[in-house]
Amino acid sequence: MLGFFLKRFGLALLVAFTVSIIAFVLLRVSGDIAIAIAGEGAQQADIEAVRRIHGLDRPLAVQYLAWLGSALSGNFGDSLYFKTPVAALVFDKLPVTLLLGLTALTFALVIALIFGTLAAAFPNTWIDRLSLSIAVVGQVMPNFFFALLLIMLFSISLRWLPVSGSGTWQHLVMPTIALGYYVAPAFMRLIRASMIEVLASDYIRTARAKGLPRWMVIGKHALRNALVPVVALAAVQLGFLLGGSVVIETIFAIDGLGYLAYRSITQKDFPVIQVIVLMLSVIYVVLTLLSDLINAWLDPRIRVA
Amino acid sequence: MTGSPGPDPALTERQRLLRRIRSNPSFLIGFGLLALIVAVAILAPLLAPHDPYAQDLMARNRPPFWYAKGDWEHPLGTDQLGRDYLSRLIYGARISLLIGASVIVISGLIGTTMGLAAGYFGGWVDLVVTFLVTTRLSLPVILVALAVVAFIGGSLTVVILVLGLLKWDRFAVVMRSTTQQVRSLDYIAAAEAAGASTARIIVSEVLPNVLPHLIVVATLEAASAILLEAALSFLGLGVQPPLPSWGLMISEAKNYMFFSFWLIAIPGTALAILIFAINLAGDGLRDINATSER
Repeated sequence: MLGFFLKRFGLALLVAFTVSIIAFVLLRVSGDIAIAIAGEGAQQADIEAVRRIHGLDRPLAVQYLAWLGSALSGNFGDSLYFKTPVAALVFDKLPVTLLLGLTALTFALVIALIFGTLAAAFPNTWIDRLSLSIAVVGQVMPNFFFALLLIMLFSISLRWLPVSGSGTWQHLVMPTIALGYYVAPAFMRLIRASMIEVLASDYIRTARAKGLPRWMVIGKHALRNALVPVVALAAVQLGFLLGGSVVIETIFAIDGLGYLAYRSITQKDFPVIQVIVLMLSVIYVVLTLLSDLINAWLDPRIRVA
Repeated sequence: MTGSPGPDPALTERQRLLRRIRSNPSFLIGFGLLALIVAVAILAPLLAPHDPYAQDLMARNRPPFWYAKGDWEHPLGTDQLGRDYLSRLIYGARISLLIGASVIVISGLIGTTMGLAAGYFGGWVDLVVTFLVTTRLSLPVILVALAVVAFIGGSLTVVILVLGLLKWDRFAVVMRSTTQQVRSLDYIAAAEAAGASTARIIVSEVLPNVLPHLIVVATLEAASAILLEAALSFLGLGVQPPLPSWGLMISEAKNYMFFSFWLIAIPGTALAILIFAINLAGDGLRDINATSER
């Protein structure tokens, strides 16, 4: 188990390191950071001066190593727009996005548990077909369009919820639904499939044979075992949700990492975007590492891989 | 195996395939719907009642025909600049389909090459490809795409290239595992023993056998690329105005949605129907593949 862990941990570190190179190079190749610092209307001479002062005339590899050196000591540079340290800015917004990611994940799991279990308990009935339609709608609807529909319903027609902003729990309701519904179909299919498999197993038949009611067998015995693969998927999907929150946070003007990323992109704030990309990648890597470990812990056969 | 009647030996391989396709309603509906949308996109100049770019400031925000104030001059109404919405919708199908098709060509080439190489050669090639896929998966696609498209400058070509260069991961993953399975089969060993070159074995023995899986992944990826383009354009950092991208149409109309709901409902529904058609066709194809492998 320790060997397995060390191997996975080493791989995770290597991936994070590679992502930091990609994020650094990609942004500098696709845009000119000197123009971003000097301002759009700057003279050529000013841009050249900025390039010299900020060391942007050095080879990309040298610039990266300089960035990496200070990054390892906790200094990720300053935001070009806010003029404050990037690290503080990003860590300030991270909790909001993590909270939204977790509420969205919870929403997706609740929806998927209810409809996935029902679909498995009554396969090929109207309940099964209803769950399938809920999953299909979640899959085909663009999430930004779904978010606008939610605003029309809950803010404009019913006047229950605020259109945008953050601060109270009411502000989180629509973003949670919009973001969570997007990943619910994956969980629903997985829960339905693994539930059907579990329900066909011997110990379920035994439980039924000794006279336990059907709902108790499903709720107590089957669900616990059907949830094993769901835990691993949840870790991966949470990473995915954090990346996807840029669209939803922007629509609802939520003061999190995704909205900060959007604003930084429109303001060409290179240092901030770079750190947000790196941050989301590292979170994803950590989550997949966790999911690997959970899987290995639950199923010893994986550990040899 | 589950009591189903075995294949009729009198039928050729092709007839059996046709029979499986005909008995798969989800493929037929999905493929039919998709074919219809493709036909509309190709015939756009003939079908569109107006020029999709022509503005008429006297006829702004006209409602569609099913509203009391609607008329058949503009069946789906007009947008905030008085452009005919039906014509924009029809031309918009071209953009979504072009995005879907071009992105899967680029990402499919990259991913298939990587997956085939990893699955066929194994060893350090496999290690490198697996590492690249892991790294790519950890990058938040939408964020990286947004940033790169915004910095280079949004245009249809840039969006296609950026998405194509980002979305090869699933091709690589699926091609790697299916190639591994095919690699261990006897006819590959036979081809090797007969002295066929590696390139020849990959192209004429491995590729035809992994092709069904490739097509299924391609449908999934096309749908996801279309949704990504729509999201990028919705955020104003994808395809630029005045192109009638469906995502951009929703973005331009969102300030008017409280009074003119159809302005977001129509392109949003169009996107959902297109994605539904592609997914349905893809699911059907997967079922057809699965039964043919039994």
